[in-house]
Amino acid sequence: MPEPTQAERPQTDRAMIEIRSVTRSYGAFKALDDATLTIREGEFFSLLGPSGCGKTTLLRMIAGFDNPTSGSISVGGQSMEGIPANRRPTNMVFQSYAIFPHLNVEQNVAYGLKRLKLGGTEETRRVEEALAQVSLTGLGKRLATELSGGQRQRVALARALVMRPKVLLLDEPLSALDKKLREQMQVELRRLQQAVGITFVLVTHDQYEALAMSDRIAVMFGGKIAQVASPKEIYQRPVNRQVADFLGGMNFVKAEIVEENAASLVVDTLGFGRVRTDKPKAFVRNGGGATLGIRPERLRVLWDNATAKFEVAGKVVERHYFGEITHLIVEIPGLEKPLSVTETNDFGADDIPVGTSIRLAYDPEALVAMAD
Amino acid sequence: MTAAAERSPAFGMTRARRNALLQSESVQGFALISPTFVYALILLVLPILVVLAHSFWTQHYLTIDHTFTLENYRIALTEPIYRDLLWRSLYISLTVSFFTVILAYPIAYFISFHGGRHKSLWLFLITIPFWTSYLLRVMSWKVILGYNGVLNSGLMGLGIIDEPSTALLYNSSAVIITLTHAWAAFAILPIFVSLEKVDRTLVEAATDLGDGPLHSFLRVTLPLSAPGVISAALIVMIPTVGDYVTPKLVGGKDGVMIANAIQAQFGKAANWPLGAALSVTTMLVVSLMAGATVLIIRAIQRLAR
Repeated sequence: MPEPTQAERPQTDRAMIEIRSVTRSYGAFKALDDATLTIREGEFFSLLGPSGCGKTTLLRMIAGFDNPTSGSISVGGQSMEGIPANRRPTNMVFQSYAIFPHLNVEQNVAYGLKRLKLGGTEETRRVEEALAQVSLTGLGKRLATELSGGQRQRVALARALVMRPKVLLLDEPLSALDKKLREQMQVELRRLQQAVGITFVLVTHDQYEALAMSDRIAVMFGGKIAQVASPKEIYQRPVNRQVADFLGGMNFVKAEIVEENAASLVVDTLGFGRVRTDKPKAFVRNGGGATLGIRPERLRVLWDNATAKFEVAGKVVERHYFGEITHLIVEIPGLEKPLSVTETNDFGADDIPVGTSIRLAYDPEALVAMAD
Repeated sequence: MTAAAERSPAFGMTRARRNALLQSESVQGFALISPTFVYALILLVLPILVVLAHSFWTQHYLTIDHTFTLENYRIALTEPIYRDLLWRSLYISLTVSFFTVILAYPIAYFISFHGGRHKSLWLFLITIPFWTSYLLRVMSWKVILGYNGVLNSGLMGLGIIDEPSTALLYNSSAVIITLTHAWAAFAILPIFVSLEKVDRTLVEAATDLGDGPLHSFLRVTLPLSAPGVISAALIVMIPTVGDYVTPKLVGGKDGVMIANAIQAQFGKAANWPLGAALSVTTMLVVSLMAGATVLIIRAIQRLAR
């Protein structure tokens, strides 16, 4: 099932970055293990994973601060082998921003331009333009020490964008900001990327950040790329339990495979009964078992005498209030683990007493099969 | 009764205030440093006051005339011998601090950027020369630079020179060489400390923006380590102006410095007031030179942006 990308801007299918079986070992430890990946021109691409999964290593190899032990990386059709970081068509926004403390904002932004010998007026014009892009007009004379965290972040962005790189690399750029500013910057970064049309590669461990901003995401674990897909597909059709778990809450239900063909699976479960689902592309059968997953928000509480075509009955054992939503833990007879249900509070889910018997509606489409 | 009742709250308040004062951090800090502070006051400020007072008096063979006069300063500033000695001392100390910083920087850079796990070992090795006395180290330079010294015999053995050179020892170059070696560690440490504080990501950022190793060094590492360079230069410059042992031992008559003249006035020449005036003049000139050095390095830093 092809997913439409989030981008309104037409994207080319031309490859910008090609990573071919790249491995990076430190002694016996493989920080990155045989990674192959293509990042398209003009795409907002995220490398998502927990710390130590190899995402930063991969980003630093694209930038030229580290070299693959084996495999090759090319940017814009040109092999990067033997090309030092200062001659690559990439620029980076560092996690700590790395703003030069002895220079003011303008001088920071103009740092890379000085080497291009553009001449004073052209240089000033480009610095002004870059500062305007990140809404810092008028702050050019400030010193780095006089800036807030969000402003430093913008200076780092402007300093990289002013170089007009083919690829902008962002190493956890929002992790040092507080929640509100982070959410605002997510929107701004996305908008900026649409405006300049440069390929962005973002490293993050925050799944919401990746989902909110990216055209496509690569989820990584232990130096390996687990799945590359659009945010929607990654969220709704994770290839395995690890990916599903990392992207947010997921209820896992044990299932027995009854029938398998090219496009679909029929499985038997306790609680959900016999279910027919789409077979994921990467599904490899491992014995007769499988796991079905369903996101907590895809289970709905059925009120009073309402009925649904597909429903399960159970008993509320826990209730957690989160303001706009309530989290219910519902025990289903036959299931070894209770289901977790997220319900918005507009119908009074926050008032359901613990111990109440309730029925839950679900859409079989929301059930996703994963190999055991 | 009424008077006591009126007084007691006020009394209680001053007491509370006194307690607050005693508990305040700055008062506690002063209390903590007061023994050393008094000690320093007695041993540093008092002698300087004595010297300052003497510089305005006059020596009459065995007695001192206590009437105020500026005659000593006139001699100290206009007599060619003292002027020349002062200039030479300033020249030597400037040259020494220049070469010391130039030679110390690469060592500090190497330890900070490439020392890896062995940083403390390297710093430890640098302190090894201090295990012997300073006199012994000056003497060993005499052995190296002397007429029949290591350097001369080495050069003759290689056939570069035919007879021992006398240009090596007993002149101001010998003083400069000896002092540069003696003060190296004092320059390496402050530079090392300031290089340690340079965020390595900044160097990466400079590289990312197109700078090669040389440019990122000149545009980022060097300006950010300037505080270390300034303190290294000052730490070497200020004491070397007044150095007395080194010129005495390896300086010969061409290497005599202002401190030797001051010593002579307090010693053989027995003219304390003139010696005092020379000391005060030297102190003032050194302060001016140190201030000027800081300003010049800062200006260069600003221009380099």
